[in-house]
This record gives sequence, C-alpha cells and structure tokens, in this order.
Amino acid sequence: MTDTSHGTGGLTFDKSKRSWPNELNILLALIIIIVIFEIIGQVAPYMRGQSFLFDTNDRFDSIFNEARLQIIILQVAVIGIIALGVTQVIITAGIDLSSGPLVAATAMIAMSFAQVAEVNGFPNPKAVFGAWAMDLPVVIPVVIGLAFGAMIGAINGTFIAYFRIPPFIATLGMFLICRGIALWWSGGNPISFPTEGYAWIGSGMMPVVWFVILAIVFQLIMSFTVYGKHTYAIGSNEEAARMSGINVRRHKVMVYMIASMLAAFAGIVLSSKAVTAQAGMGEFYELFAIAMAVIGGISLTGGRGSIIGTVLGAMVIGVIRSGFTYIKLDGSYQLMAMGGIIIAAVILDQYRQRNRA
Amino acid sequence: MSEEFVLKTQDLTKHYGGVHALEGANFELRQGEHIAIMGDNGAGKSTFVRQITGVEQRTRGKVWLYGEEVHFAGPLDAREAGIETVFQTLALADDLDVPDNLFLGREKTFANWLGPFRLLDYRGMRQATIDGLNRTAVKIPNIRNTIRNMSGGQRQCVAIARTATFHSKLTIMDEPTAALGVQETAQVENIIRTLKEQGEPLILISHNMRQVMDLVDRIVVFRRGRIVANLKRDETDGQDVVAYITGAKTQPEFEIEGVT
Repeated sequence: MTDTSHGTGGLTFDKSKRSWPNELNILLALIIIIVIFEIIGQVAPYMRGQSFLFDTNDRFDSIFNEARLQIIILQVAVIGIIALGVTQVIITAGIDLSSGPLVAATAMIAMSFAQVAEVNGFPNPKAVFGAWAMDLPVVIPVVIGLAFGAMIGAINGTFIAYFRIPPFIATLGMFLICRGIALWWSGGNPISFPTEGYAWIGSGMMPVVWFVILAIVFQLIMSFTVYGKHTYAIGSNEEAARMSGINVRRHKVMVYMIASMLAAFAGIVLSSKAVTAQAGMGEFYELFAIAMAVIGGISLTGGRGSIIGTVLGAMVIGVIRSGFTYIKLDGSYQLMAMGGIIIAAVILDQYRQRNRA
Repeated sequence: MSEEFVLKTQDLTKHYGGVHALEGANFELRQGEHIAIMGDNGAGKSTFVRQITGVEQRTRGKVWLYGEEVHFAGPLDAREAGIETVFQTLALADDLDVPDNLFLGREKTFANWLGPFRLLDYRGMRQATIDGLNRTAVKIPNIRNTIRNMSGGQRQCVAIARTATFHSKLTIMDEPTAALGVQETAQVENIIRTLKEQGEPLILISHNMRQVMDLVDRIVVFRRGRIVANLKRDETDGQDVVAYITGAKTQPEFEIEGVT
C-alpha cells in the first residue's frame, strides 16, 4: 500500500480516527449487568452471599459458574438463530413479525416427516402420515422444513418488494397465516416421537453449536460479501442503491428468504430439543428476536448494526433472564424489566445518532 | 455518424402526460469539451439529463454516444456505457465508507462462483479509490469514514470521484455546488478544472453564472423544454446569457413559430 498520510490529496488511513465500535458499548453494558447481579448476590441479605459468576459447586474445575453460562446461552440459542435473520431484515430497514409462528409451523411440518414407526413395539400414537413417512433419514424433514421457510420468506419478500406492502403489514399477515398453518397441519395435535437423527439436532448443547456456527457464518457474509454490502446499502439509502444498479427488489426477497429459513431452522432445532412439536410453540419469539437485534444496536431505520451486536444483544437478554431468576424475582417482573430495557436501548441508539449527526 | 461527438442527441423529447417537459432537443458535445446547461427551474435541464442517463425513457428522439446509437434501459446501463452522473440528490449510502460507495453495484470481487455471496476485494477497491482521488486531486481526510460523518463538500467530492475512478467517457454534474460553501465550491471547481486538463468531457448544470463563465467552453440555454441558445463562452457574457434564460432573446436558428 502506498504511503497516503501526506502528499497529493492528503489521504489518510488514520486508524485512531475510526469511531468507537458500537459493539463495545453493548459488551460494556453486558459486563455492567453481570456485575450488578454479582453485587446483589453478594450483598442482598436474602441471597446469603451467593455468587452469579463464580461457583465451585458445579461439575467444572474452574472458578466460574459454567453451568449457569451454559443455561444462559442455551436459553437464547434458538431465538438467537431467528435473530440472526431478523438482523439482516432490519438492516434493510424492514421488519419480520412472522418468525415466531413460522417456528411453530416448521416444527409441525418437519416433525411430521421425522417420526419413528414404532414406540416400544406399538405403532407411533402421534403418527401424522402413514408408513411411507416413518423412519425417514433426517435430511428429509430438515430439507422440507427449510424449503417451507424459504417459501414463506419468498412470499414475504415478494409482497414487500414487488407489491410495496409495508414490511410490518406483510409479515403481520404472515404471522397469522403461519400460526394457522401450525394449527391446521395436525388438527391441533402435538407431534412427537422423532427419529434418533432428528432428536440429535437439538440435543444437549447442539442449539448453541448451531447458533455459534450460524452467527460466525453470517457475520462473515455481512462483512465480506456482495450480499452483505448490498443489504447495508439498501437500508442506508434505497434510492442510491437502486441508482447504483443494485436489483433492490430481488435482493430484498433474498434477505426475507434467508431470514425465514433461519427461523425455520430454529423451528427444527426447537422441536428436536423439546422432542415434540406443538402449534403454540415459539410464542413471542419474533418479538424477542427483534429485541435482541435492537439491544444489539441494530438501527430500526436500517443500514447499521452487525451480527456480533445481535449475538451480544441475545446475551444481554439471556443474562437478564437468568439473573432475575437468580435473584429470585418473579417472571412477571422479568417481562416488565425486559420491556423497559428494550425501550432504553432504542432511546440510547437515537441519542447516539443525534450526537453523531 | 462521426466519432468527434462524445454525445449527440436529435429531437430528444419527453412528455409527462400532457406536460411537454422536453421538446426536440438537438445537442452536441465534442471530445474534451465542457458544456454548461443553463435555464430557469422547470426549463427541462434535469429532464434532458434524465433521458440521457436512462433514469427515464424518452418519448422520442435519438441519442448517440461516441457515434453509436444508444438506448439505456436504466441508469446502470448508462453507467456501464461510461456516462457517470453526479445527481442533485447525491445517491450515496450514508452508512458506507468511500470505496464502498464508489464501487456500489459494481464491486471488485473474487470467488465469483459464490454468486451473491462472492467475496469483496476490499484492498483492490481501496487502492483504486486512492488512485482515482489522487487523479482528481479530491481531498478527503479519511476514506474509511462513513459518508454520514462527512461535510457536504466531501460528500460531493465522493460523488464526483466516481468519475475519475471509473475512467468514464462522459461526466454529468447536476448542480454540484448548489448546497456548498465558498471553500467547498472552490474545491469542486478545481476538480472540474482537473477534468478539463485531462480532456474529460463534461456536462455541467448550474445556476451560478460566474462558475459557468469560469469553467466551460460552451453554454446551452434551455427554456420551457426547448433549447433556445448555443453560445460559445468567449462570444458571450453574463447579461447575454440571462437574456436567453429569461426569454428576452432567442437565437434565430432555434426560433419556432408560436413559441417565444
């Protein structure tokens, strides 16, 4: 690289001038929240000096409480997978409300192709289809589930990009449609007894493994590929993107398809983890996924944010949930506090934007 | 058709329903020439540019670029053919940095078999950006800055730097200094002079008489959707041009019966 610090044009690559990345703020907030829980645990009389972070009574030989950390991540992993897609949608200045019901619908559909023929020597009591759909290799329900997600995403994207229906309305419609599909698929009956292969997908810490792999893959995609660059460009200035020759409509359809496929995969993981699929699954997941993105610094006006931010946002939600349980606060307080935190995150984001302009 | 003309239009016309925004424009731009288009608001200047750059589809007429008849389906077509436009609305993505904006929609990539997930050649784009900025003497403190963090003048420079980076055959600037301060305007004018020295043809739309008189070789005046004058800079002055703009004068060859 040529020396550009002086000479014609006076161009510089002064790294120190690059702004403080937003992700560090969220990481800081996360650490502060953890410290607050730790202090409450140590100081509050009713806690009897318990520790949030440190614990030697678990099965790990370290000073940290890995068991709690595992639970925190496991709790947010499935919704986190959805949030990875929602993040991309929000970066285009869109929104996706259909992901929660899509989780349920995909869980039902995929699980119905992942059942075993016999349970303890008796025919599967929850069988949806005949013998032809029993004991299929795991790849079949997964492909069917992802294809269903892709279809829903393509419909969302087509309505939004080609028929110019506001994303909020288009995906709100799809929200109801997907919940309807989930209820209709097996007449409201839960679907259970998956094959060994299917049960493996969401077993143990597998949801976390998927979440981490997908987060890394999509962070790389958003940072280093044309797809990522165009996604940011569209959210930043859709008119400029169009004038630059980006096929904005086709790109939006692709973004919604990827988001819905991630939600569909979350549905597969969730049904596998729960070893059952129910039409009521995934309630409020779409809202928590959006909350993760928003807390993670994804601007609802589009163009800004990163997958790393969303992962940190997911961790914030996970830590708060776990922390409130740890300081023995009732679930109702948790919801109220979570709502407050989401609003605070947006206020902070707007404040930051105003200061920057 | 001779290739001495960079751009030539014949009977270029655009009607929006009943509104005749542009009527029978015959326009010629020669190699290395800088032409200013002047006229009142609504005189058809921007409409004219939009027909050339493929932003809109013309009602009738012909356009030749370097002797070849062209018909652009969209702005990207025009850009690929070598027409680089700095629009009044800057058409920059605020959250992207300078190289990202310069290469938006035509990124340097590798591993192209990955389709939409092909990889961005950041290093190559950065180097090309620096070369382009150096060539035009455009000063931007830090090209890694996002557009959001830049002043109006810097934004304008980024938009103009596209031209230099892509070795365009024709540059069109639509009121590039309308929103700029004195110093920033001077900077943009210097870039235009640099383009002139390098023999890059340019169409400049401007309301600024001093600027036009300083920078261009010829002035084409639009009024009510028609070209009413084609003046050599050396053979005219500000008052004369204003007379054509306001309708006090029309060059004889552009006289049309019933239109004043």
